[in-house]
Amino acid sequence: MLAYVLRRLLHAVPIVLVGSFITFVMVSASGDPLGDLKAKQPPVPRAVLDAEAHRMRLDQPVLERYWHWLTGIPRGDWGPSVKKIDIGAEIWPRLWVSARLVTLAVLLALALALVVGVVSAVKRYSAVDYAFTAIGFLLLSMPAFWLAILLKQQAIDLNQATGSTLVYTVGEASIPPPTGFWPTVADVLGHLVLPTIVLAMTAFPPWSRFVRSSMIEVQESDYVRLARAKGIKRRKVLVRHALRTALVPLTTVVALDLAVLFSGAVVTETVFQWRGMGSFLLSAVRDKDIYAVMAWLLLVSVIVVVFNLVADLLYAVLDRRVRLG
Amino acid sequence: MVEITRAGGDVPVATPRWRLVARRFLRHRLATASLVVFLLLVLLAFVGGALWHYSYDVYTPDNSHPPSLEHPFGTDATGYDLLAQVLRGTQRSVEIALFVAAVSGVFGSVWGAVAGLHGGKVDTLMMRVADLVLIFPAIAVAAVLANNVGASSQGWLLIGLVLAALTWPYVARLVRGLVLSLREREFIAAARTFGAGSWRIIFRHVLPNALGTIIVAVTIIVAVAILAETALSFIGFGVRPPDTSLGLLISQNQTAVATRPWLFYFPGLFIVLIALSVNFIGDGLRDAFDNTRSRSRR
Repeated sequence: MLAYVLRRLLHAVPIVLVGSFITFVMVSASGDPLGDLKAKQPPVPRAVLDAEAHRMRLDQPVLERYWHWLTGIPRGDWGPSVKKIDIGAEIWPRLWVSARLVTLAVLLALALALVVGVVSAVKRYSAVDYAFTAIGFLLLSMPAFWLAILLKQQAIDLNQATGSTLVYTVGEASIPPPTGFWPTVADVLGHLVLPTIVLAMTAFPPWSRFVRSSMIEVQESDYVRLARAKGIKRRKVLVRHALRTALVPLTTVVALDLAVLFSGAVVTETVFQWRGMGSFLLSAVRDKDIYAVMAWLLLVSVIVVVFNLVADLLYAVLDRRVRLG
Repeated sequence: MVEITRAGGDVPVATPRWRLVARRFLRHRLATASLVVFLLLVLLAFVGGALWHYSYDVYTPDNSHPPSLEHPFGTDATGYDLLAQVLRGTQRSVEIALFVAAVSGVFGSVWGAVAGLHGGKVDTLMMRVADLVLIFPAIAVAAVLANNVGASSQGWLLIGLVLAALTWPYVARLVRGLVLSLREREFIAAARTFGAGSWRIIFRHVLPNALGTIIVAVTIIVAVAILAETALSFIGFGVRPPDTSLGLLISQNQTAVATRPWLFYFPGLFIVLIALSVNFIGDGLRDAFDNTRSRSRR
C-alpha cells in the first residue's frame, strides 16, 4: 500500500511540473506586465521601466525565469508582483476562505446526490423520479452566476422584509469580525450559506444521475437478489450491499470534478464579493500579474492532483477487488 | 452504413441506420420538442435580429423602459433595446458554442482514436496530456488566454478556440474508451489483414462506429460551452462591448435586478432555454444511438 502511494506520488510530481511549465510559458506570453506602466502619461522615465523589468525578471529568458520561480517556492518566495503585493502572504488566507466554500459545497452536493440518486433509483419511473430528473436538467442548464444573483436578491428582499440580517449576502465574514471563537464561527458559517447552496446546486445534478444509474445497475445484480432472497430487509440490502458498491466509483467522479468546482467558486465568489481565490485570480489576470496568476494555478492544480490521488486510494480501500499496482 | 436487425431470428434485415436513429429520436417527444425550440431560438437570433427595427448597438430615445409593445424586453438605462441585445447576444453565444463543439469534437475524436488504437506508450502519453488539461480550472486558463482579445471583431473566434482547447479532453477520453473495445473486434482485425494503415482504419472503420457517442458528447459540449462562455463574459474576460453576449448582458445588468428586473431575467432565461433544450436533445440522441437497449422494453 505504502509503495503504491509513493509510486503514485512520484507519478503526480511530473504532471504538476509539466503543467506548471506549460502554464508558466502561456501566462508569460499572455501580456506585458509593464503595459500599464508604459502607457502612463506623462511617460515614466526609461530608468524606472528598466528597473521594473529587472524586478519582474523580464530581462531573463523564460526558461531561466521559470527555474528562478520554481526554486523560490520552497523558500516561500512566490516571485515579484506588479502591484508589489506579497503573493505568499496574500494567497494563503484567501485559499483558506475558498477551500471552506468548496469543501462545504462538495459535502452538501454529495448529500444531495446520494438522496436524490437513491430515491430516483428505488422509485424508478415514478413521479418523484421524473421531478428530480427535471430539476437536475434545469440546474445543469443554469449559469451559476445567474442562480447566485437570483438567490442573493431573494435574500436581500427577505432581509428587508424582516428588517434584520437573516442571511448574509456580501463578503466571506463580517467587517470587523465579531469577538470570541464561537461568534466568529457562526459569522463565517452565516456568510457561507448562500454561496455553498449555489455551488452545490450546480455541482450535484451529474453526480445524482451517476448514483441513480449505478444503483439501478447494482439492484439488478445477482448478489443483491441473493441478499434479498436470503430474507434480508430491503432497506438493509439497499444500504449495505447496493449503496456501498454504487458509492465507490462516485469518489472518482467527484475528484475529477474538483477543477470544475473551483471554476464555479470563482464565479460564485464574484457575485457575493468574497475576498477569496476568485477575486485574487481576477485582479491578477487583469493586472497581468504573472507570478500571482502562477501561484493561483499552481496551488489549485496541486490540490486537484492530490485529491485525485486520494480518490484512487479511497477506491482501493472501498473496493477490495481493485489491485494496487 | 447499416445496422442488422434480426427479424424472426435467422433472417437478417438491413435497416438504414440513420433512419432508425432518427425514428427513435423522434419518438422521444421531449427531445423533439427541444430540437424545435433550439432551432427556433437560433432562427430568431440570426434572422430576427436582422429584421428587428432596433439594432443592438444603437441608442433608442427611451431609457429604462419596462417591457412594452414598442420594446418587448424593455430598455436599459442608456436606451439600448434589450430584445435587440438579447438576440445579438444569443447569436454570439450560439456561434461560440457551436464552434467550440465542432473544434473540440473533431480534435478530441481524432486524439482519442489515435491513442486508443495505438495503445501502449503512445496511449499513456496522449492520455496524460489530456488529463493535464483537466487539472486546471477552465475559467482561470480561459481568463488568462482571453485577456488579450480585447474588443476586436474576431474576438469571439479566439474565445471559441480557447474553450475548445479546454473541452476536447472530454471527447478524447470517451472516444478512447470506445476505441479500446472496438479495436478487438473482427472487422478491425480484418481491415488490418488487408493492409489498411492506421489512419485509414481510424477514419474508415473506427470513427464511423464511434459516431453515435461522439455526436452525443458534442451535443453536451454545446451546452457546456454556452455556460462557459457566459461565465467568462460575466467575469469580464469573454465577449466585450460594443459586441455583446448573454453573459455580458447579465454582468452589465446584475445591479438592476431589484429595480429593473427585466434586464436581468430575459438574458438569463435565454441562456437557460438554450442550454436546457441542448441538454434534452443530447439525452434524446443518447437513447436514439443506444443499440444495447432492446426496443421492446421501451
